[in-house]
Amino acid sequence: MKKYFILLSIIVFSLTWGCKDDDFLNKNPNTILLNDQVWSDPSLVTSVLADLYGRYVDQQTITNWPEFTNFDEAFPSESGQFWRVQTNPQYDYGWWGDWDYGYIRELNLFIQKCKAADKLSESDRTRFLAEARFLRAANYFEKVKRMGGVPLITEPMEYDFSGDPTYLQHARAKESEVYDFVINELDTLKTMLPDNASIKSRATKGLALAMQARAALYAGSIAKYGTKTPSVSLSGGEVGIPAEKAQGYYQKALTAAQELISSGKYSLYLKKPDDLQDNFASLFTDKGSNPEVIFAQDFKLKSGVIEGWTVSNQPRSSAEEQQGGRVNPSLNLVQSFELLDNTYAQLPDISTGDTVYFNNPSDAFANRDARLGGTIIIPGSKFKGKTVDIWAGYMLKNGSIISGDHFGANAILPGKSTDEQVVGFDGPIDGLEYSAQTGFYVRKFLDPTVGSGQLGTQSDVWWVRYRYGEVLLNAAEAAFELGDKTTAAGYLNQVRSRAGLTKPLTESDITFDRIVHERKVELAFEGHEMFDMKRWRLAHVIWDGTNMTHVTTNLGKADEVSTMIFGLWPYKIYNPGSPNNGKYVFKQVRPSRVTSPHTWRLGNYYSKIGDDVRTNNPKIVKNPNQ
Amino acid sequence: MKNKVNYILLFALSILFVSCAYDNYDAPKSTLHGSIMYKGDTINVERSNGDINNATVYFELWEPGWQKQAAIRVMVNQDGTFNTLLFNANYKLVIPKGQGPFMSLTNAETNSDTIPVRITGNKTMNIEVLPFYMIRNPLFSASGRTVSASCQLEQIIKDANARNIERVTLYISKTSFADGQTNIVKQDLSGSAITDLANVNLNVNVPTFASLNLPDQNYVFARIGLKIQNTDDMIFTSARKIKL
Repeated sequence: MKKYFILLSIIVFSLTWGCKDDDFLNKNPNTILLNDQVWSDPSLVTSVLADLYGRYVDQQTITNWPEFTNFDEAFPSESGQFWRVQTNPQYDYGWWGDWDYGYIRELNLFIQKCKAADKLSESDRTRFLAEARFLRAANYFEKVKRMGGVPLITEPMEYDFSGDPTYLQHARAKESEVYDFVINELDTLKTMLPDNASIKSRATKGLALAMQARAALYAGSIAKYGTKTPSVSLSGGEVGIPAEKAQGYYQKALTAAQELISSGKYSLYLKKPDDLQDNFASLFTDKGSNPEVIFAQDFKLKSGVIEGWTVSNQPRSSAEEQQGGRVNPSLNLVQSFELLDNTYAQLPDISTGDTVYFNNPSDAFANRDARLGGTIIIPGSKFKGKTVDIWAGYMLKNGSIISGDHFGANAILPGKSTDEQVVGFDGPIDGLEYSAQTGFYVRKFLDPTVGSGQLGTQSDVWWVRYRYGEVLLNAAEAAFELGDKTTAAGYLNQVRSRAGLTKPLTESDITFDRIVHERKVELAFEGHEMFDMKRWRLAHVIWDGTNMTHVTTNLGKADEVSTMIFGLWPYKIYNPGSPNNGKYVFKQVRPSRVTSPHTWRLGNYYSKIGDDVRTNNPKIVKNPNQ
Repeated sequence: MKNKVNYILLFALSILFVSCAYDNYDAPKSTLHGSIMYKGDTINVERSNGDINNATVYFELWEPGWQKQAAIRVMVNQDGTFNTLLFNANYKLVIPKGQGPFMSLTNAETNSDTIPVRITGNKTMNIEVLPFYMIRNPLFSASGRTVSASCQLEQIIKDANARNIERVTLYISKTSFADGQTNIVKQDLSGSAITDLANVNLNVNVPTFASLNLPDQNYVFARIGLKIQNTDDMIFTSARKIKL
């Protein structure tokens, strides 16, 4: 009994005393930072902002290589990704969708708190506020590109637990309203953001202008070319922009681009004028005072923030791991690069009877636009000082082929007694992953530093989101659409002379096809193709689901069908005694894994809004043709 | 002790068996099947590849009354038929705008494009639609390796919703799936080149199977497809087997 009494007393006393000390349950947590701690220290605010920058949305990017192989730029040379050219020829309606309003909410919260943060210096606060507003504008731009008009939420919303959430349900804004929001925000922000071209990974005035030019150009072309697809529109204007607005948007795009151009703070990258191919490749890998890059997602070695583009895409023969070679640029893209005198020319192909013999396979690609060699590793070219070994086998006198089924396979050639290598260490071997199944590897963004191909090291080459070259092309397109072809030619010629093209374009050369072509070759593998084809309403024309047996012969034409990916394989001639022995010929192939043509449906122009979203908010209308 | 273990085992097993029947629905058993029709003619469309999320032509069934709303998609086969298993319930059938080479008709009962569907067992039901065009009297013939086809095109929708012809295409395939994706050879005739809708002729030379690296066969299938401007889905004739 006494035992119980003591026990009871201990309990009673500990209850009455234990909580007496107010501090006991009132400790600051040591795993999270509180609002007033964060908002009094600029470096902590920067950390919060870094997270928000890190959630910037990209579709095709160097950290998500398979996305580059969805269309006609490249073939996916990895067994698990062959489906992109096979069984799933149609694009899912939900693909490229973005309904992440959690991110928008956090940006809105950041903006709200930043406005109230009186412990920060005025200049810090202005910059943080401008950056968050920039990220919000950028995200709305991204959303409107994908979904059309979306609800424009600019204040953090709170639920009042009344049981009736209808006041939180907002209808979709018009597509033009979202573009207007983005353009107007950037007008304000360009005066708040630092005007410093050496800042590359954070928002600047230059970036605001570059994004404004791009957004206005997108809106303008949707207004203009949307008339080609009247069924891609909604009566409420959530999708589709009235044609009469085109002019105003194009003018805005030109004005913004010209403000950036005339500021003189950026210029085309030209540190290696003697080797324009290498120069163009370095534009994407040189992080030391690069005058062209306006905004990039940056990486840092040994920090955990690294990227594996080089691991994924290094040439297999010189790879630092047992992998690489995944993104194989298509012949469709390769043949688009012009000759230096501005003419289009198909590449040699023995199956059309066009038999040309080359001492070195790279000779077949000579005298072309320097961007070809800067964007793509062609057979016979070098990466990290080693010549790639791309050849598909020996072709005998009678046209038959001797080849192998693994990298650098051996076989005995007729008339010989010992076996020797009969296929390149980079392939191409049909169906073998990591081999150059189109005959090409990608070079853009590939890191030439030793170790960049190792899984344990990887690369810190950045992902360039905005650069001066694109601004020039945007200006050219806007000028062209406004009927000023001379100005358009001037901007195009700047980009083209950097690519080694010797003959300037004149006013009469400037057509819509030219504009489309120039973006295709300049901006390949930079994530522009799909969004460009969408805004020009060309996607359903060029990816129309028709079967192809041969790559197009009609080069430089914007609406030419390109539903299937083709390759160009070099073969070595084995014909002892002939002067052509040991030389190379080329043959056009359609990799056997490419079995289905791509089909872009009218319902793909704007991504599907999930049924769950529409259940929660009945005010959201469906996108058209789905 | 051993007995106790046995009892526990028995108890656990019985729970396992009994509770299985408790929380499961029966699988849907009622079939709904029929065709997409226009005045007694079936509308032939493009083949779907089997994945309902990427079906070429489909319609949606909505069952009201649930908290979450999501449609059951039903795929339309290339011969215009459809077939699906459903639970018994009242559904609302909608052909999403832009689906198929046709427009929905206004339903008398709902006074909209929604068609009420009551499923109480197996049901056969045709869906009447208004196609933009119909392909009439297709005729196919072969001489040597040349396949000839002729047909008449009838424009059904002529009011403000009328759409122009983008092209007419003759597809030749190894199997009865003959369309843009599966053909071995095709011949296009663009809409602007058609002068007389009542007299459309197409010829195509079928390459030898050897030249396509395919096993030989002495027949092919042919279909005529009509592509309408600003419409994803084409309207077809039925596939015809042709001896070469």
